[in-house]
Amino acid sequence: MTKTTISVAVAGNPNAGKTSVFNALTGMKQNVGNYPGVTVEKKTGTAEGSNGTQLHFIDLPGTYSLTAYSQEEVVARNFILQDKPDVLLNIVDATNLERNLYLTVQLIEMQIPVVVALNMHDIAVQRGLHIDCDILGRFLGVPVIPTVATKNEGLLPLIKAIESHRHNTSALDFINYGTALTPHIDQLQTALTEEGQSNARYLSVKLLESDGHEQEELLRGSSQASTHTQFVTDATQIIEKDAGVSASTLIAEARYGFVAGLMKEAVKEGSTKTTYTDAIDKIVCNRILGTGFVALCIYAIFYLTFQLSDGWEFIPWSGEDGFTWTTPVGVFAWIFEELLPSFAPKGDGAFASFINDGVIAGVGGLMGFVPIIFFLFLLLGLIESSGYIARIAFVLDRILKTFGLQGKSIMPLIISGGIAGGCAVPGVMATRTLREEKDRITTMLVAPFMNCGAKIPVFILLIAAFFPQDQTLMMGIVTIISWSFAMLAALVLRKCVVKGEQTPFVMELPPYHVPRITSIFRYAFQKSGSYMKKAFGLVLVVNIVLWALMYFPRLDTDAYPDASEEELAGLQIQESIAGNIGSSLEPVSQLAGFDWRDNIALLGGFAAKEVIVSAMSTAYSMGEADPGDIEEQTTKQPLSQKLANDPNWNPLRAFAMILFVMLYAPCFVTIAVIKKESGSWGWAGFSIAYTTTLASIVSVLVYQIGLAFGLGL
Amino acid sequence: MSTSIVNLKVGETAIITGMQTAKSAIGQRLLDMGITRGTHLLVERVAPLGDPIQIYVKNYHLALRKEEAEDIHVERTAEQTETT
Repeated sequence: MTKTTISVAVAGNPNAGKTSVFNALTGMKQNVGNYPGVTVEKKTGTAEGSNGTQLHFIDLPGTYSLTAYSQEEVVARNFILQDKPDVLLNIVDATNLERNLYLTVQLIEMQIPVVVALNMHDIAVQRGLHIDCDILGRFLGVPVIPTVATKNEGLLPLIKAIESHRHNTSALDFINYGTALTPHIDQLQTALTEEGQSNARYLSVKLLESDGHEQEELLRGSSQASTHTQFVTDATQIIEKDAGVSASTLIAEARYGFVAGLMKEAVKEGSTKTTYTDAIDKIVCNRILGTGFVALCIYAIFYLTFQLSDGWEFIPWSGEDGFTWTTPVGVFAWIFEELLPSFAPKGDGAFASFINDGVIAGVGGLMGFVPIIFFLFLLLGLIESSGYIARIAFVLDRILKTFGLQGKSIMPLIISGGIAGGCAVPGVMATRTLREEKDRITTMLVAPFMNCGAKIPVFILLIAAFFPQDQTLMMGIVTIISWSFAMLAALVLRKCVVKGEQTPFVMELPPYHVPRITSIFRYAFQKSGSYMKKAFGLVLVVNIVLWALMYFPRLDTDAYPDASEEELAGLQIQESIAGNIGSSLEPVSQLAGFDWRDNIALLGGFAAKEVIVSAMSTAYSMGEADPGDIEEQTTKQPLSQKLANDPNWNPLRAFAMILFVMLYAPCFVTIAVIKKESGSWGWAGFSIAYTTTLASIVSVLVYQIGLAFGLGL
Repeated sequence: MSTSIVNLKVGETAIITGMQTAKSAIGQRLLDMGITRGTHLLVERVAPLGDPIQIYVKNYHLALRKEEAEDIHVERTAEQTETT
């Protein structure tokens, strides 16, 4: 016997416990992908039915409505209309029934069988809310099952209801849209039914509610599209004249009116306000303390992420001197710096170098990010599912609004290195918490200006060499400069590139919840897993290309019989393709004071900013002397001292270099993540181009103005 | 007397009487979030930096910027005039 598969799309408001229900139903059998063409995450999973059926769940993005206000709503609606799932499982928050049922009514109107899970039923009961599921179900014409997903309660009845009601659509046309609307809806419905449209009622209401662009979308399959559009345009004008308000207002009011009536029948009110949420908010959103709490929380996330991944040694380990402790980054470093190289081919050959320097080093550099991403999303998951993240946005929105961003943009910026030492890769990934695409794009375009952990060594090197008296002050100044550039860039980008009006800030502040540890861990694993999968291929390819540029053509070592190994390495780089590129860029780069060695280092920095210091130390290892005539001691000096003693270097050149490194193109991992999160290579390419242009202009200007004032001497 | 939400003080309650921006995208959003005529609301708090504001409406908490709130017209409910 073949198994029957029932496809079930899971829909519901954000914060209604949709993810909890989905996780409880599907367990570990989940897949994470994206909806085609957009960056909205698509989770699917399966569960066994009661009599040999297979249930295939698709988690739709959380939405308040289906009016196509946000990308999530468009995705959810298009999925329902185009993929036609067998059943819509609507997760409803029992403690927030009125607004949740507004979506339920719209789902039922789509003429697909609906099953309602009345989730968080226990909390509703605790608050003395009595909800009569029978009455609710009877009025809506769909089964209503009380569930407590966090305790796995009500799941079996839910699955049974899905199985038994999969062919029953509700006959919900009892929403009274009022005298101004109803005649037009009926007329449109008749016309659409004659044309053979399956959900004519839904379409009619929707068309009267929509704007022009959306009407086009809705009528794509219709042969009489222009007739309908004309009818709708006329009708909305008449309605507005008759009723004094727009058709969309009347429709929303009719839905909410129906829901209000339903509430009266089915719900006996207790105290609905969440007392503990109010009590917490009185403190954490307090006018005086609020900003401080946000600062504390952001700092704690930042601090814990980097301490847990590469600060506190809490993993038992066997080191050179027996038993010891190490960090997760330490474990990854061991795998890629000791374990894998021990299997790799040895020797001087091109193949050995390719495997060791091209493949293993490249992948290893990438994997070093994994613990950071894991812990970051663990903590972000905590903040998100507790409900506090909405308060952070609430408190900080005022500041970020000034620069065309919004409250939630703060998290990605901090993570990227807003407090020096972060990383733009998880920073860009964290832009997912921004619901508006314009905010998301702008934030991910400016986040790389922050000073990530890999830029810091460059700054420390140059500051130690040229500003030895004011090291702390200089680091502070550098941090302020990068914030200033990020904010100004956001302002300019919102005016010229990511154009359009400021996105409105209308956000629910959900009640606080105690997060579930298992779901937070699952979230962190999924995020780090998808990072590894996506960035892996690209970074590997780029790293191999870079390796080849620095490896070929091979230096004729016999020509330099007196050169040390270190000097040969330096010469190899100078004579390589990369070295030639570096030299050929000198006429331009000299405007900012950079020579060919700096150019190689900065080019290498495209791959990973960590490369800058190591490439510089290799390139500068040959000093200023002619090849073959190098004094031993120059190569033994540390790089910062070497730069400080170099007559061609001065504080001005160092400062120009700091600015360039701060502002120029994000590393390739970040680029790959920007591509993934923005959904287009266009934004990734733009991000490289505008940052590098800005960096060049700023560093050249600073260097030239400095020279004019006699600073670079 | 009709006024805008932004003119209410923290702790005041009111009934929504209309919205100027109902036809725009943000108006649709506010409608979806339950900002419909006849709905009761309570102004709960103003953010530490003076904007956005937080209101309690249809049994949940909603944050919105003053710019958006400005177009929402309300009528103060009687009992509140005593407390203010």
